[in-house]
Amino acid sequence: MDADLKDDDAVSLRQRKAEVPLYLKRIKVYPRAVGGQWRRIKWAALLLLLGVYYLVPWLRWDRGPGAPDQAILIDLDGRRGWFFDVVIWPQEVYFVTGLLILGAIGLFLATSLFGRVWCGFACPQTVWTDLFMQVERLIEGDRNQRMRLDRAPMSVGKALRKGLKHTAWIAIAAATGGAWVFYFVDAPSALAKIFTGEASLEVYFFVGLLTATTYTLAGWAREQFCTYMCPWPRFQAAMLDEQSVIVTYQKWRGEPRGKQKAGDDWQGRGDCIDCSLCVAVCPTGIDIRDGQQIECIGCGLCIDACTQTMTKVGRPRDLIRWDTLADQQAKERGASAAWRPLRARTLLYGLLFGLVAAFMLAAFLSRSEAELTVQRDRSPNFVRLSDGSIRNAYTVKILNKRRSEQSFALALDGLPEARLGTIGTETLSSLVVHPDAVGTFRVFVTVPASAARAGSHAIDFVIRDAAGFVRASHGAVFIGPER
Amino acid sequence: MPTKIEKDALSGQDTTGHEWDGVKELNTPLPTWWVYTFYATIVFAIVYCVLYPSWPWINSHTQGLLGQTNRADLVRQLDAQAKDRGALVERIRSASLQEIRKDPSLLAFAMAGGRSAFQTNCMQCHGAGGAGNTGFPNLVDDDWLWGGKIDQLYATIQHGIRNADDQSRQSMMPKFGVDGLLTGTQVAAVTDYVMSLSGRGQATAEGAKIWQEQCAACHQPDGKGNQELGAPNLTDGIWLYGGDRNSIYRSIFYARNGSMPAWSGRLDEATLKMLAIYVHSLGGGR
Repeated sequence: MDADLKDDDAVSLRQRKAEVPLYLKRIKVYPRAVGGQWRRIKWAALLLLLGVYYLVPWLRWDRGPGAPDQAILIDLDGRRGWFFDVVIWPQEVYFVTGLLILGAIGLFLATSLFGRVWCGFACPQTVWTDLFMQVERLIEGDRNQRMRLDRAPMSVGKALRKGLKHTAWIAIAAATGGAWVFYFVDAPSALAKIFTGEASLEVYFFVGLLTATTYTLAGWAREQFCTYMCPWPRFQAAMLDEQSVIVTYQKWRGEPRGKQKAGDDWQGRGDCIDCSLCVAVCPTGIDIRDGQQIECIGCGLCIDACTQTMTKVGRPRDLIRWDTLADQQAKERGASAAWRPLRARTLLYGLLFGLVAAFMLAAFLSRSEAELTVQRDRSPNFVRLSDGSIRNAYTVKILNKRRSEQSFALALDGLPEARLGTIGTETLSSLVVHPDAVGTFRVFVTVPASAARAGSHAIDFVIRDAAGFVRASHGAVFIGPER
Repeated sequence: MPTKIEKDALSGQDTTGHEWDGVKELNTPLPTWWVYTFYATIVFAIVYCVLYPSWPWINSHTQGLLGQTNRADLVRQLDAQAKDRGALVERIRSASLQEIRKDPSLLAFAMAGGRSAFQTNCMQCHGAGGAGNTGFPNLVDDDWLWGGKIDQLYATIQHGIRNADDQSRQSMMPKFGVDGLLTGTQVAAVTDYVMSLSGRGQATAEGAKIWQEQCAACHQPDGKGNQELGAPNLTDGIWLYGGDRNSIYRSIFYARNGSMPAWSGRLDEATLKMLAIYVHSLGGGR
């Protein structure tokens, strides 16, 4: 064909009109209230999680004079983490890292077993959004009333309701931001200071920041956060398989769907009466009947909605239910597939969880209240003294994690002919370390010329307490001149 | 290449109309607020460019309305730091060396400050750890030319060695060979004697005689030296200019008169004290 008679780039007017824009205004979701088993579980989770979050900083724990009496306190200035009777030093932050690793593996395990239970029940975004929606319902009414209110022109009544709602939201957001800083400062005194204007700039900044994020994310962004911002929905597919229990619409039973008048025959049609209640209650505004989709947070509210409807029309419940994809597909063929919770991936996640937990527990139980670190001077590696003997210098640090002054005796293993010395007034047989502090000492190890060995020689520094028990040891080397 | 917007057969979604080598892009509309946050970052960048130094010229750059410079920030921070430390520095200045060493907080401050001053001013000759080098004394060992007591160290740091300072440590070793005081053979004989002081080889009677006439006045008859004159101990295993026969010969023939600058005019009193305490703690202090 002649090239002039061809124009692949031409776009018809109709096609242009059908163009979906590159950017879309958010279509607001008005979730309808629903009661039922899963809603009750969600309320229980909400009460528990928010209760823990708001109340924990107020737990008191008597540690005697000179120590904070807050049960859980992360003191950034003092560089200590207080967890009841456990005090974590900055160099032990790996306990926190370990908890985070446990949390991640636990999340993987829960997801491969039960889909997005974290998203649906425990994620802060879900919990606070739920709370904000409930406040909204109390002030503006349920789904239909809210839609009507939004469509109505501005009036005194509408302004009042909207104003009241946002005030309530900001109050909750401020309480949330406030509770956060209480984990880092003494809660009762900080609360008073915040209101009298005496708190530090950092405190006000973080209260403000978390107030703003809570208000924006739980009040305005809601499902947008899960759909567009959160990375978790993007890679959770890697943990899910056909044996994960997720929220499913039992297509084999529901289709063909259609409206149903009372008394009509159920023969030749599916159980879904297309009441759209499952869509109306969905906090992310999706239709679970479309199958698995990235927006679904697995909260189970559509299950509650469908259970209501099925009970009303007298059909068996569980048209929308927790199920595995494997079972759902089997049922389409008239069979059924038993759930297999023990699979390679769940076993692996479980094993990893157990290993990390056991490792952390062992590390925690063997955690010593005195630690010893030794740094050898490397410039110079060794010094030859005037009588020909060889001396190495070390910086010895003793960490006393107890809340009382302790005295340690420092000794050396592995170099019998060595002589230990120090500068200043300390004596190595009673190195005094202040309570909850690090003692730094300079230690010289001297070997007489006759016993000096060439090259590097492994030694151990050991500290013993007053009763003669070994409290900690640390490996080091002694270096002599090459011959 | 913008081509036709079409429905994707598999997903039922529209394409954006862009196509690269047959690869088409599905149109999944972005929320408008997301685009607004992008615009907000652009606005932020413009405001930043107006307020802060941002665009380079050939010789300089735009200054920004706030007039902020990193150098001015640094000066402010240094001033604030000096103010913070002022009280401790003042206590160090007014206290004696012995008082500083008995007060743990002053001692810790002096050690840190002394270390920092040592790394800036002293390590070029004496090495980062104070181990010295040929001609530059080791400050870590137990051998001292001018004394290892803390007051002696302080005096040496303040006034230096063999320089123009009034109170500088002064002494002069004659250039025995160069100035013709001894012949090459005589220098060799006394070299053997010096080596015998540290138990190496046998000395001749001539060497012993020259030692008594020329050397013993400063280095003492037994060779143990004199710290008043900075005359080194020649009986131990520590040699500033090398302990082999050739090095000792050259030291006698050409003489060695190392010098060290006076620091009292260059560093303030508190820093000098901190330096003395730090050097004393390195391991050699008496």
